[in-house]
Amino acid sequence: MDAAIHVQKLNAWFGSKQALFDINLEVPDKRTTAIIGPSGCGKSTFVRCLNRMHETVPDARVEGDVAIGDLEVYGKGVSPVTVRRRVGMVFQKANPFPTMSIYDNVAAGLKLNGFGSRRELDQVVERSLHQAALWNEVKDDLKKKSGASLSGGQQQRLCIARALAVEPDVLLMDEPASALDPISTSKIEDLIFDLKKSYTVVIVTHNMQQAARVADDTAFFLMGNLVEFDKTETMFTKPSDKRTEDYITGRFG
Amino acid sequence: MPKPRSQEIHWRRRLSNGLALGSITVGALIVTVPLFLILGTVVIRGLPALNWAFITQMPKPVGETGGGMANAIVGSLEILAVASVIGVPLGIGTGIYLAEYGRNKWGNLVRFTADVLNGVPSIVMGITAWALVVVTQGHFSLLAGAVALGIMMIPVISRTTEEVLLLVPQPIREAAWGLGIPHWRTIVSVIVPTASSGILTSIMLAFARIAGEAAPLMFTALGNVYWNTNLNQPTAALPLLIYEYAKQPYEQLHQQAWAGALVLITLIMLTVITFRWLSGRGAIKGAN
Repeated sequence: MDAAIHVQKLNAWFGSKQALFDINLEVPDKRTTAIIGPSGCGKSTFVRCLNRMHETVPDARVEGDVAIGDLEVYGKGVSPVTVRRRVGMVFQKANPFPTMSIYDNVAAGLKLNGFGSRRELDQVVERSLHQAALWNEVKDDLKKKSGASLSGGQQQRLCIARALAVEPDVLLMDEPASALDPISTSKIEDLIFDLKKSYTVVIVTHNMQQAARVADDTAFFLMGNLVEFDKTETMFTKPSDKRTEDYITGRFG
Repeated sequence: MPKPRSQEIHWRRRLSNGLALGSITVGALIVTVPLFLILGTVVIRGLPALNWAFITQMPKPVGETGGGMANAIVGSLEILAVASVIGVPLGIGTGIYLAEYGRNKWGNLVRFTADVLNGVPSIVMGITAWALVVVTQGHFSLLAGAVALGIMMIPVISRTTEEVLLLVPQPIREAAWGLGIPHWRTIVSVIVPTASSGILTSIMLAFARIAGEAAPLMFTALGNVYWNTNLNQPTAALPLLIYEYAKQPYEQLHQQAWAGALVLITLIMLTVITFRWLSGRGAIKGAN
């Protein structure tokens, strides 16, 4: 099986505090990979290293190699902007652009990068909103309402549509449902299930049931180390590491 | 016995609540009452002399009654417009630099300079503009007055703009970066629009601050008894004329000065109201 993301000897720091230690991981293509672990274990930092978002934090530092397909993420002369155009990201808290309409939110990635004619944009917006299962709820207010006027669950699906509009190779999701109610959460989970047909999805979650429901593979992080990475089913039934077992059975974290 | 104890706490809380509420109410009154006293006095003293002629006619020569401040009203508007053309872009630009690129020692230097500039007495600004423009040009001019006032706008706008830009939540910036939008484009299309009402407020504050200034205009715009709209000629301005008339020993001129003050305050208030309206008006539903 092809790997979509290759991570080799990845180390990350916040100032002098090291957050990730020698992470090696091959994220498989067109599958959903969950990153689980207790709070502060480095799972968010890990995905933020994949699209060079980590370095936007003052004093943050990264070492090691990440490749997405043939793109060396930390290669010489590779700008973060190039990387981020190929890696979509959905954040913990929905963050639509408050001054933009629903339409402009979805179109932002293309429009603000100078791509797309009007007709193309119309198509992309409709397609992305369909993919994010939001089209039917917003199709009448596309240009009338602000993205911020939607409900929390709708806002998060809007952010997913916005990330999909630029057709990324990989979609990173940092606890995308942790601020949502159960109904919205299940909509997002259904969505993730559909998305892996066309995208490689990496989802950070602290909810183990969620990982079990949506992910094909699961990686368990603890104190900045990757403890175990395997098929989700294997991880949850017969983990090979004692610490994974302890965490999954709720003995800590 | 728990009851008397809780009763006692109840009364203590009511007392401290009453005291706190009372003192902030008194504070609010102390701040607002003088404002209304000033406004009231200006209206009562200025209104009798205010008529159509006052805003459409030129000042009459000393000794004659009637006439108005038309040249000073237009002069003031023109100076303020030119000052804004100078001060607003530089102020906003500096503010964007400070908020987005100025987290370093250069930024601190600019920040410190802006704060010092903000504290420089306005008459010193006048002398600066005199040295920069009047001496260079060889004569007093509307432009020199606008330069003095424009420089005064910069620190007010830049520091306030910086603060409102920093209020734009980090997740919104990250959303834009996450889409591969370059930082400059994120600033132009996401951060500045999100903070636009705050930036408008900063322009409004700066405008209100300079609109009433007489000192920086004394050796720059100088004043002019005649009509002038030329950038390179000395020009009349409301604060200058108010000051001039207030010094004269004629009751009629005093009245005109009051009317001038009323016009000036109305002008500032209209600007403030327009800006409030502009900044409160979201282009799309649910924004802000």
